[in-house]
Amino acid sequence: MKLKDVFLTASANMFRSKLRTALTVLAIFIGAFTLTLTNGIGSGISSYVDKQVNTVGEKDLLAITVKTSSSSSDTPQLYKPGQATGVASARSAGSTGLLTSKDIATLTADPDLTNVEPTFAINPDYIQGLNGQKYKLTSSEISSGAKLDLASGVELDNATSTNQLILPLNYVSVLGYSNAADATGRVVTVAVTDAFGEQRTLQATIVGVQQPGLVSSSGMSFNQALRTNAYDLQATGLPPAAKNKYPEAAAHIVGDLSDSHIQQIKNKLDSMGYTAQTSEDLLGTFKSVISAITWVLNGFAIISLLAASFGIVNTLLMSVQERTKEIGLMKAMGMRSSRIFLLFSTEAMLIGFWGSALGVFIAILIGQLINHIVSNGILKDLPGFNLLAFSFTASIGIIVLIMVIALLAGTLPARKAAKQNPIDALRYE
Amino acid sequence: MLLLSIDSLPYSKDGIDDNIASSFRTTHYRQGDHMSVQVAIAAKKLDKDYGKGQSLFHALKDINISINAGESVAIVGKSGSGKSTLMHLLALMDTPTHGAVCIGDQEVGELSKRKQDQLRNQTFGFVFQQFFLNGNASVLENVILPLKIAGINSRTRKQRGLEALEDVELKDKANNKANDLSGGQKQRVVVARALINNPKIIFADEPTGNLDSTTGAKIEQLLFDLNKKKGITLIIVTHDPDLAARCDRQIHIKDGVMLSKGVKS
Repeated sequence: MKLKDVFLTASANMFRSKLRTALTVLAIFIGAFTLTLTNGIGSGISSYVDKQVNTVGEKDLLAITVKTSSSSSDTPQLYKPGQATGVASARSAGSTGLLTSKDIATLTADPDLTNVEPTFAINPDYIQGLNGQKYKLTSSEISSGAKLDLASGVELDNATSTNQLILPLNYVSVLGYSNAADATGRVVTVAVTDAFGEQRTLQATIVGVQQPGLVSSSGMSFNQALRTNAYDLQATGLPPAAKNKYPEAAAHIVGDLSDSHIQQIKNKLDSMGYTAQTSEDLLGTFKSVISAITWVLNGFAIISLLAASFGIVNTLLMSVQERTKEIGLMKAMGMRSSRIFLLFSTEAMLIGFWGSALGVFIAILIGQLINHIVSNGILKDLPGFNLLAFSFTASIGIIVLIMVIALLAGTLPARKAAKQNPIDALRYE
Repeated sequence: MLLLSIDSLPYSKDGIDDNIASSFRTTHYRQGDHMSVQVAIAAKKLDKDYGKGQSLFHALKDINISINAGESVAIVGKSGSGKSTLMHLLALMDTPTHGAVCIGDQEVGELSKRKQDQLRNQTFGFVFQQFFLNGNASVLENVILPLKIAGINSRTRKQRGLEALEDVELKDKANNKANDLSGGQKQRVVVARALINNPKIIFADEPTGNLDSTTGAKIEQLLFDLNKKKGITLIIVTHDPDLAARCDRQIHIKDGVMLSKGVKS
């Protein structure tokens, strides 16, 4: 029998006992449906977190701080006098906790790092917009490499000398603008207080409006020019030694971005007395919790699929029983045992295919509906967040996985069919 | 001497051992041509045992048969005599405990499982008492099953299926469901199915057992016509003495032993 005929015959056999096939397909359907939804929730949240990671910084961006006595490690560390003093002596005394110009120079000289930029600690007092109302401003240390989730406008330009800022969405209406697009391009006033206690103001252009998010919802983003200018105003009157101290520096990694390379650089900086963190480190725990939850949910879905696979075994065993004479006849007519096996395996796989394809399809439809309802409901404050995300590869992956499970479930009945003896099958009763 | 064209034989391209095929080519005579006698199928010292030790049961003992091409032979015996077992052994559906079955001059025990399957598919036709039709499939679908198993393409299948149905005068029922036919019509469909692969030998196991005498007589006529006109060797298992009497020769089996001589006298 040709493979095409095996396929067509198996396909036709599926419909010989319609109700029984339909119930088995339904069991598979429920499994596939659940797996698609749980997987969709997992990837929906993950992709949103990834988006948030991007608002914090690009993958090649390192946030470098001075290594504090309490290490970033989770477990308590043994005190080692030699090591501790070694680190302390390698760095200029009296500067614990803050990076100095010397540190910046050291980092800039490092061949693995480029674009080393100190982050200024700016403490703006207020922001004033169209309606003249003054609003408190939280400081922002977002570095130049960040990619923002924008509702309107463009990214900051760090090369320009004009002051630019990106406004969080919740500031738009309070400052007197009708919407995000209206705010874009407007000029606002930002005020800082200098070392003498005197308030000084400067003008900046809103180039974009940022979507609120989980990670950087309140922060306002300044470009390089605005940060430098604001810091200069704020530092007016400070002694030079106090002025050139920074809580943090941002640096880009030179070379490949493989995990091992990044880890190597982090280790090197650690031995130099700095703590370096990538944006992924900052959100690492959050992501691992989400993926753990996703796997637990997927686990439940897979258990339901395993239960459904016994349905396939049962359905096909009954088919083999019913078709004993037919199998005997085909064998008498010279059908090879391997083809009989293939015939029933194919039928199992087809049941798996229809159940999973329908399950995935309906799950995606319902998922879109849920996304629509949820984003207008409980997740209204997190625009751009889709609770469920479905990828083509994941959907195909689920269908293939279920077909493999069905195929495995089909081997037992298929083996039974292939081993039928034509005489026993055709014997008169 | 009229030889059929080799090209019309189904197995000529399909890798069956040439010696088997050639033994059939030379046996393919028209009825009435008595110049040479070729053996279609033979059994040599066949024994078939079931069970072991205390429960050992000799179903067949020392069976020697030689059936010539174009012959019609009845295997006669009461139920439980071993006649069905003999047919199963001859039709390669079972293996003997001792002895050998030869198709043409090829000993079957020496062939691989795959070759045996191929031989059954291309050399034998089966007619069963209980029809074994797929009731929900069309008549045509049922008839072409052997060709489907042989891996022949669907156009040729359909064409040859309709030809076979024409031979049994059921061409107009080709698209009907097999369940909608009468018993006699069903058995004619079974005959068409047995015919479709141009077999050398047709095994008929109680072909008229489920039919009334009138329709039974029609099926009998159909089978003997095929035997005469196409030179197909006919091996009929039956307990009906009238049907047995119509065959060229009768082989009587009782308690697993042959009563009459298995070789044509």
